[in-house]
Amino acid sequence: MSETILELQEIYKSFGDTPVLQGIGLKAAQGEFITLLGSSGCGKTTTLRIIAGLETPDQGRVLLEGRDMTQAPPNKRDVNTVFQNYALFPHMNVEQNVGYALKIRKRPKGEIKEEVKKMLELVQLSGFERRMPGELSGGQRQRVAIARSLINRPKLLLLDEPLGALDLQLRRQMQQELKRLQKKLGITFIYITHDQEEALNMSDRIAVMKDGRFQQVGTPSQVYDSPLTSYVARFVGTANIVQGTVGTVSGDLVEFVGQNGKTSFGSRGHSFVPGSPVTLAVRGEQAQAVKGEEGPGLAGVVKEKSFSGGMLRIAVELSGGEEFICSRHGIDWELAPGDRVRINWQPEHACPVDLPRTESGEG
Amino acid sequence: MKNRTKLPNLYLGVVLALMYVPILLVILYSFNESKISSVWGGFSLKWYGELFRDREMFQALWNSIVLGVLSSLCAAVIGTLGAYGMSKVKFPLKGAVEYVSTLPIMIPEIILGMVFMAFFALIGLPFGMTTLVIAHTSFSIPYVFMLVKARLVGMDKSLPEAAQDLGASPVRVFLDVTLPLVFPAILSGMLLAFAMSMDDVIISVFVTGVDTNTLPVKVYTQLKTGVTPEINALCTLLFAATLLLCGVAALLGRAPKKQESEKDVTEP
Repeated sequence: MSETILELQEIYKSFGDTPVLQGIGLKAAQGEFITLLGSSGCGKTTTLRIIAGLETPDQGRVLLEGRDMTQAPPNKRDVNTVFQNYALFPHMNVEQNVGYALKIRKRPKGEIKEEVKKMLELVQLSGFERRMPGELSGGQRQRVAIARSLINRPKLLLLDEPLGALDLQLRRQMQQELKRLQKKLGITFIYITHDQEEALNMSDRIAVMKDGRFQQVGTPSQVYDSPLTSYVARFVGTANIVQGTVGTVSGDLVEFVGQNGKTSFGSRGHSFVPGSPVTLAVRGEQAQAVKGEEGPGLAGVVKEKSFSGGMLRIAVELSGGEEFICSRHGIDWELAPGDRVRINWQPEHACPVDLPRTESGEG
Repeated sequence: MKNRTKLPNLYLGVVLALMYVPILLVILYSFNESKISSVWGGFSLKWYGELFRDREMFQALWNSIVLGVLSSLCAAVIGTLGAYGMSKVKFPLKGAVEYVSTLPIMIPEIILGMVFMAFFALIGLPFGMTTLVIAHTSFSIPYVFMLVKARLVGMDKSLPEAAQDLGASPVRVFLDVTLPLVFPAILSGMLLAFAMSMDDVIISVFVTGVDTNTLPVKVYTQLKTGVTPEINALCTLLFAATLLLCGVAALLGRAPKKQESEKDVTEP
């Protein structure tokens, strides 16, 4: 394992009476791309500000390269931030903005100029030195902000929804570019987004946040394929959540008894007691909806059929009133609204979630 | 298109006439040969000549300029630091403290004048330029304070944070980022303070010494002996200077902001 750049230990933070962070722990290795994923208000920006030193935690410690920096001001930390709105200095041109960190460190003018040139090449903005921030497009400002925060070669770069203000096409392009930069420079990135696609696309690891806690920290495939909680399953993979009880257990295969039928799921190494409640996460494209009322699976009625993003989706209302979305590629599906169907899946495609925790994934 | 009536134009005409006809008359009479204002005796620069020979008047003008510059500079420093400090701290009575620090705008000048006089007499400070500068600074501070405060409130909080994140100490953040961004507000506050100082009579009368006359005080005292057309000439010159200053302020691009704050000042 390579060197640990950042370690957060049991961070707590409240604003007034509102708890924002409730025991955050995280370790980031050199060169790692970690994404904090969560909806707005989950505490991800506060986490980032605590790492940057712009906020002080009520409890817990921030270690940078093994040193306790919890109380150190931002200017004493080898960490730089790309702010959500870029925060370019409006009264300085691109060159002055990018070179600011070096000017502070009293580096010779010629050297600053040289470094700025290199950084602008890196973000593909050569020749923009004399422009003012007001004369740049959103994407260009974004690049300037990145160049400005990278010029001092920080060990750790924090990015607060850096692509939030860009249109979809530019986002995709910048995702690639950021990833390329990160690989090239070998800097640890802590990246904030609420876009699960972006997170899955770019990260080495994803920390899914909710209400000031990490729900799960893991690789994109861990988070996507083996969500720990129903929140993660819904947020990251837009999975369906079904609740029922455990039936018979035979080896790895566990029987699932829902209000509206029986099916089964794989135990994935957990032990299940017959009769206890269980929650499953099943991705829409991994579930089959078959016409008819006989056979295994959960019974329901097709409510709606829609086509989007190359996928045909049908919404099934289960007998218990819950909604279940099935999807498949293509445009043809023999089902129509009103049809009675049974929903079933391969046992290995159903992931049991919200199990009592044996140990948390992180810190 | 809306069918417009002539009424708004007429209204505007009346308002402009009320404001500017007296000024135009003063300008016109400053070129009047006759000593009696109401009689037109032909075009002449006589009164300007007389004005330029009036050493006392010029001394008063000079005093006023020195006073205006000094007091607006002091007010700029104190007001800016005050507003910046206020933006950095949080305490329960902050609103009340801010209100109190802008109060001098609302206190009648006559009271301020008496208070200053009593205070300076108490501490034994000789009346003259020093007392004038102190008094003018203190009634000018709120203008700078309020304009700078408004500017700081409207400023993107992440800018100073970004500077600090890039390694700047709090002092550097202030000098490199905050100060340049609030500078237009400081400047318009100073212009306002200078203007207030330039035409203040009441407070100045209370705190000035025997041999330090400011221009407004001098003009005011001359009224007792009758207005000479020389005053018309002086007013014309001052009006021209004011126009010039307004032009500069407009060029700085902060005129709308200033007007807004001025309104805020006078409303309560």
